[in-house]
This record gives sequence, structure tokens and C-alpha cells, in this order.
Amino acid sequence: MIRFTDVYMHYGDGAEALKRINLYVEQGAMVYVTGRSGAGKSTLLRLIALIERHSRGQIIVNGQNLERVTGRRIPLYRRNIGFTFQEHRLLNDRDVFDNVALPLVISGYRHQEIKKRVRASLDRVGLLKKEKNYPLQLSGGEQQRVGIARAVVHRPALLLADEPTGNLDPALSLEIMQLFERFNQVGVTVLIASHDLAMIKKMNKPIITLREGKLLTHIGQTISE
Amino acid sequence: MKKRASISGSTQGYIAIIHTWLAQHARALIFSLGQIYKNPVGSLLTMAVIGVSLSLPAGFYLLLDNAGRVTANWGGSMQITLFLNPELTDQQIESLTQTLQQHEYIDNIKLIDADEALDEYRQYSGFNEALTALDKNPLPAVILLNPARETIASGQGEQLLQYLQNMDAVETAQFDRQWANRLFAFIEIFQRVIIVLSTLLAFAVLLIIGNTIRLAIFNRRTEIEINKLFGATDAFIQRPFLYSGFIHGIGGSVMAWILLITSIKLLEEPVIKLAGLYASNFQLFSLRSGEVAVLIAIGGLLGLLGSWLAVQRNFKAIGLS
Repeated sequence: MIRFTDVYMHYGDGAEALKRINLYVEQGAMVYVTGRSGAGKSTLLRLIALIERHSRGQIIVNGQNLERVTGRRIPLYRRNIGFTFQEHRLLNDRDVFDNVALPLVISGYRHQEIKKRVRASLDRVGLLKKEKNYPLQLSGGEQQRVGIARAVVHRPALLLADEPTGNLDPALSLEIMQLFERFNQVGVTVLIASHDLAMIKKMNKPIITLREGKLLTHIGQTISE
Repeated sequence: MKKRASISGSTQGYIAIIHTWLAQHARALIFSLGQIYKNPVGSLLTMAVIGVSLSLPAGFYLLLDNAGRVTANWGGSMQITLFLNPELTDQQIESLTQTLQQHEYIDNIKLIDADEALDEYRQYSGFNEALTALDKNPLPAVILLNPARETIASGQGEQLLQYLQNMDAVETAQFDRQWANRLFAFIEIFQRVIIVLSTLLAFAVLLIIGNTIRLAIFNRRTEIEINKLFGATDAFIQRPFLYSGFIHGIGGSVMAWILLITSIKLLEEPVIKLAGLYASNFQLFSLRSGEVAVLIAIGGLLGLLGSWLAVQRNFKAIGLS
């Protein structure tokens, strides 16, 4: 599903965010990316979502070489990805339903279809009753779940989660992680960046560890910290 | 059979694409209207500024249009005013008018005798009291005379004037052509001024709309980023802003139209009074429906162009970070 071959990433000022990353995530896997702040976890996800471009090497996602995904192909490429953020990034002037419907509206679904899918998605995160609420009326955990509903409503093949539990207490965090697990069980490839090592270890899934932009452990290796 | 099936399949595909496209446009339009509804004061202020900017050139255009109607009759038949000798008796005046009426160079004449002239003067000059103190009417009788069209066309106007001037009964003969020519030259300059002014104000409208849309883009930065991240095309993101610019432009031109109608209503009465002074039944003309359509179209296009420029300039600035 995702293959990095000798990938480097420099920022404009010369700072190296990623150094010679080689990794492979197979289709249908659920993988954690961990490391300290600034180790390059977010950068890794952003390269996959084409928010940023790598400087050297090759990234292949879902059979597509990302160097060739340019211009008008970028929107189409992104429609196959779901994204969640630590700070939720919900639109506060729209209710929960409209927030979750956004990816479907973008892809041009019909109204009836949108209704059906948004309800199904909200049902899966347990927020069907809150569809008329506005994001600011919800708790942090609920907002994160709305974000997840939005990320999966268009049934993407790949789900990227950047610090999804960053602001949540351990009990809520576990709940969110279990939610991701359920999506993974129906075939979605899930990549979660998180620094919450204690939590990650409990989940019993492959872990990629980054330190200062370098790959420290690969999938299947044990963590030596 | 197989081929036929594929053709109908692709037709259906096109219909689906057009349907989606229309739905996306409808959504963008409704969304823009919703944004205006949510922020009515800001939107109305923007439209008002556009309205004022558009009403100025439109108002000048109307002024010219009306001036054109007034002067339309002047070009061909310019008037000569004869101030008659005050010593003339009524019979002498009578015979003079008859002579003039039969003259081949003259189309028609109108006599305003001394009493009428005094009445008119009294009514409009404000010297009523002073005039009653006079024991004699100081005003002479006046003949307004329209030369025949051919006389002017063949350049014999000056000759006619000379002939009239030399008559004993006439104290002064004045040709209005000089004055009219000056007026026409003035109108021509005015037309140029309006073109320059319209261009400048069109730029002003572009800037106003551009700035409104720029602010809207920055206010909705997060939304744009999220849209991009979930695979929205640039067209999808830009559409609501373009509609918003278009709507503001249309709203602005409707305001300009309302301003013009109001101004004309305010001017109507004094203009009719003034026209009466010149023995004319002239009335102010408002914009015709075709001209209103042009005004609204210009507003809409300026709005669209302004928002398009703002979108082009400011979208690059919004990354995904």
C-alpha cells in the first residue's frame, strides 16, 4: 500500500525532516508511527497526503508514484485518503452533519447518498444523535470522533491520523484507538502518528519509530527504548 | 448491439457529469447566498459602496442622455431672438410679424409682447415689488424666430441675421448659434470626462470587490485547507467566492439603479419648472429597461472579475500547512 524508498525531506531552510527512510506498509495493515516531537512523524504523514513533497527518493502509495501525482491529479488522489488531526479541524460554523458530509460534497455525491452515508458514518462513531449539534457544543472526545467520521465517510482505502489522542485522557484515547481498529478490520489501511508510546504498546500493532528524521525501528522490530 | 450499449452508456455518463456540475454550482450559489445572509450588514455596506461608485457614471450618462434630448432640436433650427424697438405701436408690430411670417428664409415666429414679457419676468425674477413701482413697462416686445431648415443648412443664416438687424423695428437681433456651439463642445468634453471617470470608478469597484473577497478568503482559510485536503479541486473551492463577487456586483448595480431613480424623483419638479420657463414640456428621462439590464450586467461582470482577480492572487498564499 505504502512504500518509501530512500526518501529524504529537506525544508527550504536546509533543515532535514526525514533522512533516508525505507519502509513498507502492506494493504489492510494498521501501523503506528511514533517518536518524539520533531522526529518527523507528521512529516511522514504529510508526504503521503501530498501536503508536502519529499526532496529525494521514491514514494509509492496505492500503486501510484507520488512524483507523478501533480496538478489536477492531486484532488483525485486525495479523495482516496481520509485524514484526522490532533486539533480536529472541524468547521465551527457548520453542524456535525455538514462537517461529516464535506468529503462527499467535494466528490459530488447526490443528496440522498450523502444523507445515507453520513448517518452510517456517524452511527459508527456513536454520534448519530448529535448530527444537528455544532462542534463547539461537543466535548473534545466527541469532536475527535466527528473528525474520524469525516475521515472515513467517503470510504477511503487509506486513513491517516496525526496525533488523534493528543488532547484526550487515557480512557478516551483507548476508545479512539479501538475505533480505528474497527475501521482497520473492514479493510482500511490505517497509519497513526502518536507519541503516546504506553498506549501504542497496548494496541499490539506494528510500530515504526522515528528519531531525528531517521528510521529507528521498522515494522516487526521491537522497540529498544 | 454492443456498440449501441456503449454509446448509451457514455451518454448517461455525460448526463451524470452535467448533473453533478449543475448540482455543484447550485450548492456554491446557495452557499454564497447563505454567507451573505449570515453577514447582512457587511454585505450591504459593500453593495452600497459599489452602488455609489456605479451610480456616478450611470448618473452622468443619464445627464448626457437628457441633455441630448434637450439639444436634439437645436442642431437644425437655431433660434434668432429679436428685441423690438420699444417705441413701436401695436399696429407696427402686427405688420412686422406679418412681413416676417411671409419671409422665405423664416420657418415660424413667436411674438412675446411687452406685457407678457413683464408678467414672465415678474413671476420668476423676484423683482415683483420693484416692478410695480415703475410707472412704465421697461421691457421691449420680443420675437422668437426659427429660421427655415434650408437657410441654416445652406449657410445663409448670417445673411438673414444681417437683414433682420437692419430693420428699423428691430433694436437687436441675436443668433443663438454661437451659444449652442459652445454648449455642444462642452458636452463633448463632458462625454470624455465621463469615460475617464467611469474607467476609474470601474477600477474602484474591482478593488472593493477584490478586497471583500480577499477578506472572505482569509476568514475561511481553515475551510479551504480542509476542502483541499479532502480532494476538492481548485474550481470547487473558488466557485463560492466567484458567486459571492458576482452577487455583490449585481446587488451594487441594483443599489445604483435605486439611487438614480431617487435622484430623478428629487430633480423632477424643478426640472419641469425650468422647462416651463423655456416654454418646453421637457421631462427627465430615467434609464430604459435595456439600460438597466446593461447596468446590472456591468455590475455583475465587475463583481465576477474582481473576485476572480482576488482568488487568483490570494489562493497561492494559502498552503495546506
